[in-house]
Amino acid sequence: MHYHPLTADDRREMLEAIGVKHFEDLLKGIPSSIRARDLKVPEALSEMELRRELEATGKKNQGSKSVLSFLGGGSYEHFIPAAVPQLMGRNEFYTAYTPYQPEASQGTLQAIFEYQSLIAELTGLDVSNASHYDGATSLAEAGLLALRHTGRRKLLVARSVHPDYRQVLRTYLEAADFTLEEFGFEKNGKFKRKEFQELLNEEIGGVVFQTPNFLGTVEDLDGVAREIHALGAPLILAANPLSLGVLRSPAEWGADMAVGEGQVLGLPTGFGGPYLGYFAVTRELMRRIPGRLAGMTMDQEGKRAFVLTLQAREQHIRRERASSNICTNEGLCALGACIYLTLLGKEGIREVGELNLDRAYYLREKISSLKGYRVEKDSPVFNEFVVFSEKPFSEIQSRLIPQGILAGIDLSRYYPEMKGAFLVCATETKSREDLECFVKALSQC
Amino acid sequence: MEFPDGLRYTQTHEWAKRTGNRVRVGITEYAQHEISDVVFVELPKSNLAAMKAKAIAVVESVKAAFDIYAPVSGTVVDTNKSLESDPSLVNKDPYGRGWFYEIEMSDSTEWGSLLTAEQYQAQCTTTH
Amino acid sequence: MLIDPESRLSFEKSRSGRRGTQFPKERLSGKEASKLLPAALLRKEAPQLPELTEPEVVRHFVNLSKKNFSIDTHFYPLGSCSMKYNPKVNEWAAALGDFASVHPLQPEETAQGWLCIFYELEQDLKAITGMDRFTLQPAAGAQGELCGMMMVRAYHASRGEHGRRKVLVPDSSHGTNPATAALLGYEVVQVKSNARGRVDLEELGRLVDGETACLMLTNPNTLGLFEDEILKITEKVHKAGALLYYDGANFNALLGITRPGDMGFDIVHLNLHKTFSTPHGGGGPGAGPVGVKEKLIPFLPVPLVEKRGERYGLNFEQPQSVGRLKAFHGQAGMILRAFVYIRTLGRTGLKQVSEDAILNANYLRARLKTIFPVAVDEPCMHEFVLSARTGKGNDLHALDIGKRLLDYGFHAPTVHFPLVVPEALMIEPTETESKETLDRFVEAMTEIRKEMDRKPEIIKNAPHTLPIRRPDEVMAARTPVLTHRDWLRENAQQAPAESNERVAVHRISER
Repeated sequence: MHYHPLTADDRREMLEAIGVKHFEDLLKGIPSSIRARDLKVPEALSEMELRRELEATGKKNQGSKSVLSFLGGGSYEHFIPAAVPQLMGRNEFYTAYTPYQPEASQGTLQAIFEYQSLIAELTGLDVSNASHYDGATSLAEAGLLALRHTGRRKLLVARSVHPDYRQVLRTYLEAADFTLEEFGFEKNGKFKRKEFQELLNEEIGGVVFQTPNFLGTVEDLDGVAREIHALGAPLILAANPLSLGVLRSPAEWGADMAVGEGQVLGLPTGFGGPYLGYFAVTRELMRRIPGRLAGMTMDQEGKRAFVLTLQAREQHIRRERASSNICTNEGLCALGACIYLTLLGKEGIREVGELNLDRAYYLREKISSLKGYRVEKDSPVFNEFVVFSEKPFSEIQSRLIPQGILAGIDLSRYYPEMKGAFLVCATETKSREDLECFVKALSQC
Repeated sequence: MEFPDGLRYTQTHEWAKRTGNRVRVGITEYAQHEISDVVFVELPKSNLAAMKAKAIAVVESVKAAFDIYAPVSGTVVDTNKSLESDPSLVNKDPYGRGWFYEIEMSDSTEWGSLLTAEQYQAQCTTTH
Repeated sequence: MLIDPESRLSFEKSRSGRRGTQFPKERLSGKEASKLLPAALLRKEAPQLPELTEPEVVRHFVNLSKKNFSIDTHFYPLGSCSMKYNPKVNEWAAALGDFASVHPLQPEETAQGWLCIFYELEQDLKAITGMDRFTLQPAAGAQGELCGMMMVRAYHASRGEHGRRKVLVPDSSHGTNPATAALLGYEVVQVKSNARGRVDLEELGRLVDGETACLMLTNPNTLGLFEDEILKITEKVHKAGALLYYDGANFNALLGITRPGDMGFDIVHLNLHKTFSTPHGGGGPGAGPVGVKEKLIPFLPVPLVEKRGERYGLNFEQPQSVGRLKAFHGQAGMILRAFVYIRTLGRTGLKQVSEDAILNANYLRARLKTIFPVAVDEPCMHEFVLSARTGKGNDLHALDIGKRLLDYGFHAPTVHFPLVVPEALMIEPTETESKETLDRFVEAMTEIRKEMDRKPEIIKNAPHTLPIRRPDEVMAARTPVLTHRDWLRENAQQAPAESNERVAVHRISER
């Protein structure tokens, strides 16, 4: 097997050095009743044959490489500069281990430090960890952190937060015997302020908003942080990091924690993973943040050095007293985000945000003038928005797929009261022709 | 290695200094030596109900975390804020500026069961 | 602080006006973007990202990469990590546009290629482990453990057994085991190892009872020893009505030799980034699929992947499910890589993985045991533990030996773990290392052993030949500098956006 170097000669010499006659002698301790008979997996394929098969399997997918996709909802098609996958593909990065030996991992550690710095800049908060599994799990851990920090048992969550995120949050909270309560949203996607205020009390250990929310609406959180802080609870904001070049930052909204999905920072949609959860907090919460942290220090000769720090919070040291069990995170994905943000730079992050706004508003305007469709014009959006159609969405979708268009996400699947509503996303990847083609196809439905 | 006389000790290497009904607590020189460089101390919240022999604080070194226990039961009435900015005080001056917290005792009879300096010193020498 | 050009941050190389990529100029909506939204929703202070050109960014990251050890450059004998070769055809597959460009919420008929891969991998993992169903959702081993333990809880709750509050773990277990159990509110009880390094059966018999929810085990254990009394262990645990959880970190020893399902385990998690060759990435991404026996199927997280006739689909109908662990379906890219690996090795290749892993480990053990004491002197599985305590009165620790190995061009083994062995060095060579590499490693260890006696200072101060010497970890923890802004504040300088001066290349200050 071309990954396994041992030759027959090697094996013979090694068995001799070990002092056994047969390899089987080394397995004496294993009860014969549980020795495996035959591994029921297919026989090996040569690389050439395997590649042919994989290409054929790939053809059974219709991703944005071959169709025009207007899908968003927590996973987004964005322009990825060629340098990002190339640099991520450096062997010394992607086949490196966790940087527990700092002297042999300065590349990885400095990249993590720069990633942490970039996330801190984007969110405006003080401390970022080295990554979490994805936006949903970083939100779940933020929720747990809030409840442990305040000593309370209930979290208040906007219903306009991504349905998968709320489901993950519920799973994690229930595991720790905590509860959650939701407040709703108006027709235009904005959160119901009165309902939020009515549910906010001293039992609440944290409040979660998402902006832009799952319906694409950019939330106006004026006064919200003040109200939450007055009751001694933190504000947790799930924010799209790519929008933070133009949209008001979590720090500017008074958030104590910012979490969200970093897939938008240079990673493909890839059928849902691996993605990248970012997690940033104020300095006050620094010692409670889960996950790894890379810090700057000096070595014995006074040279700048990077090292994993505050490790005494983590599972391998605290064991049953750890606040999170996370070990492996999304290191390579964080590296990708770091490279992407460094390439975009100060101007690029603003420009990409403006382009997303431009494409989404243009498309929404065009769709609003079509018969049989309606949009909520007074809903401020970033790169996705709700379209209400007279026809059921399944009909529209099945008409458009043969035309090579994925029209959007059926919202009634998540919010049963939103019949005929679907979520349309238009990022900087869409040209005028793309958008006009889509509008034409919709009009013919 | 110091084992000051005016203090009482626990088997888990805390020292206790009594003033009236208040007890000031820290960790011994032996403990700080075992832990080596202290990087962070997680102190209890004020008004916390302390229970004798139950963990109440945590000391972190670079590579480990150690539970610190309450020598007596009562209420936490004060904590040493200086440890937030300078945790090395625990190493440099464990019996003085490196103190951790103070408890208002709820059961002063518990004081009697704490170790004397000789008893604690003897314990340290046998385990060594 | 000495800052050589190679360790400048991207922020410190930044120059106002430079950029690393460009976007289309055309704007469609006729309005300036900032006028599309109310001012109250706009950012007030721009984020200060660095400003570099593409060639500068490339040079920056390529030079950073050269400071790393990696499997593609060095041998990593890290116990319980299975640092084997990461096949390139796996990367080729993950990069194919037909896979990478698919959105997770696409209509199922447009994602049949992906759903087929998920389904096929599940079938492979079932066959390999002897379990009845798998969830491919957990993002890493630790999340797999969380998933598994949630299912343990749900299972007992469904049977009205609310008194099962304890989880048993061996004293040699990985930190994630007790951390996970404690997260779910379980009381963690440690089971002692016996003199042979295995779970003490008598002790287990005393501890397991009607209050036990689960025993979490790794087999072989973290000493590299096969729990040969596993069938008795299973019997005791099941007799008490508790479940048995398999931590798959050491599964590289068992491929094609034996299966956790046949040993009696009820729940299994695998680490795709260990046994199944997906790359470590400098700290992830990984994937931790969880397999269960039939009685636990109802509790699996949603969604599950199914085949209906010729079509593949997602099943969200799991009323007793523990819930959802992450958004969407799982670490698809890692699932694809693991699938490709299994197809590349096939039935025969997979069997050879464990055989050669075991042979390599025993060979190293046989040759090293005359140099350092072995924790337990008997044939091991895919890894073994040495102690760096030579009893010769030096002040050297396992950590120091590990650091000196870096100078010899080897990554350190796992040090100071498992906790049951003083000055532990846990060594796992894996099957993708040649005998020549192992011989060179033995030579290095032999030299270091001599150095321990003759010039211990060279070990105490190792490494000497890497980009940095030992970092001051106390300073890093006492005064955390975690971002560029922290660094600026510590050094009271201007923020880069306001400074048009080149940052000085060498800056030496008093410590």
